[in-house]
Order: sequence, then structure tokens, then C-alpha cells
Amino acid sequence: MIPDLGKYGDTVLSSYAVSIVLLVALIVFSVMRGRKVRAEMERVEQRMSRNG
Amino acid sequence: MSIAAKANALWEYANPRKFLATSERVLPFFWIVSITCIVVGLVWGFFFTPDDYKQGSTVKIIYLHVPAALMAINCWLMMLATSLVWLVRRHHVSALAARAAAPIGIVMTLIALLTGAIWGQPMWGTWWAWDPRLTSFLILFLFYLGYVALWEAIEDPDTAADLTSVLCLVGSVFAILSRYAVNFWNQGLHQGASVMRAGAVTGADTEEKVSNIFFYPLLICIIGFVLLFIALVLYRTGTEIRARRIKALLARERVGG
Repeated sequence: MIPDLGKYGDTVLSSYAVSIVLLVALIVFSVMRGRKVRAEMERVEQRMSRNG
Repeated sequence: MSIAAKANALWEYANPRKFLATSERVLPFFWIVSITCIVVGLVWGFFFTPDDYKQGSTVKIIYLHVPAALMAINCWLMMLATSLVWLVRRHHVSALAARAAAPIGIVMTLIALLTGAIWGQPMWGTWWAWDPRLTSFLILFLFYLGYVALWEAIEDPDTAADLTSVLCLVGSVFAILSRYAVNFWNQGLHQGASVMRAGAVTGADTEEKVSNIFFYPLLICIIGFVLLFIALVLYRTGTEIRARRIKALLARERVGG
């Protein structure tokens, strides 16, 4: 499945691994923080509307 | 609609509600198209392009290294534009957009530096050299870290936005140097521009031209990275707007007793 990368196999694969891990981590952390902040805002807004 | 009217319409997005409503509408498009482009570009480049006659299979690193480096520089330029809008017009959304973009810039710069080092080791015989482009990129990375640290260190958001905007203006010198360092100084290991040069793409010049076999998947990766950057900036700016609203609501609650 993986093409023959010759003597540079480790070089190419490590570049892809590092980059993909960093990109996925950036997306996952952004989405996780976004959801947490959105839920927190809704909670605070509900509490404030209940308390007038 | 006249140009002036169009420009005025743009300022409507300085309204947080308008910004959130519009970004929520367009975000699915940017997420889907960006991830599709990146996957297609990387699969095409990794599996279906030949080895380079000089660099062997390491040429496949270009599909990550070049788009990441491009976005590392352009992310700072976007932060510069939004910081100037903050300094001149005091629109909070623009300051928050700059803040939201910085971590994306950090990741892009880190990918460019790491893949460059990994690529450089077999090609240049060293992981690192104090080459003009490499050094200016490292300084740009340090500016990104300083920018994020400054936002975190100052409690008052308006003061933080002012100071980080000034830092952004200063750091822009290195963002521009990162792009043009190889043109200013001839010494160094890093090659000159061979992709984002009209002559190199059209074939008008023959110097260090990237073959179309490599260029097309690279172009798709670049488009994917640009769209991913837009998606992340829109999403993360929305998060910063909500976080700011939470602070404002809690402050109002405390004052109200």
C-alpha cells in the first residue's frame, strides 16, 4: 500500500506523522475549547435570565 | 453597490452577533472543502507522484512544508491587518480575530520548521543552519509565542489588544523577511522561491521550476491549507467572542450583586 520510499522512508513518514499530529491536535483543541465556551455561555445566560 | 457602500457593508461584521451568524452559516463549507482538499492533495502527492531525480522520495515533504510555511507568514499578515483595524477603528472582533489566529500561526510555523529540519538533514547534511530564511522563520515563531504570552499576561482585554497590536506591527518585519530573506541575501542553504513565482509556474523561466507533476497536488494542498486557516480563524474568533461575553456577563452579575 505505501509506495517504495527508498532510503528516505523514515524521513518522509516522520514528516507526515509530525505534521498530521500537529494539524489534528490544533483542530481538536480548537473544537473542544469552542464547545466548552459555548456551553459555559449558555449556562451563564440561562442563570442570568432566571435571576432577572 | 458602490465601492464605498461595499466597504461600509464590511464593517457590519464588526458586530459580534452579525459575525457569529455569518460564520456559523459558512463554516460547514470551509471545514468540508478544506479537509477534502488536504486529503486529496496529500493522497495524490504521497501515492501518485514519482520521486524527484535529485531529492528522491523526500520531495513528498513539499506538500506539507510549503503550504505550512505559506500560512505561517500569511497568518501573521492577517493578524497585522486585523491589529491595524483594532488600533484605528477599535472594533473588538478584529482584535479577537488576531488573538484567535495566533495559535494557528504557531502550529503552521512549527510544521514548517520541523518538516524543514527533517527534510534538510538528508539533503543538506544538517538539521539546522543559521541561514537567513531559517533564522527569520525561527524569530517569527518566537514572535508568535511572545504574542500569545502577552495576551495571556494582561488582564484588561483592551490593553492586551493594544500592546499585542504593537507587537504585531514589529513582528511583521520578520514575517516579510521570512518570505523575502532568500532574495535579500544570497548566502544560505535554503533555495529561492520556486513555487510562488509566476515564471516558475507558467514555464516562462527555467530556473528551479517545480514540475507540474508535483505542482498540481501541491496547489490543492495550498488551497486546502488556506481554507482550513479561514475555517479555524472563523471558528476560534467565535469562541473568543463568546469567552468575552461570558466575562462581561459575569462582571455585570457581580456589579448587580
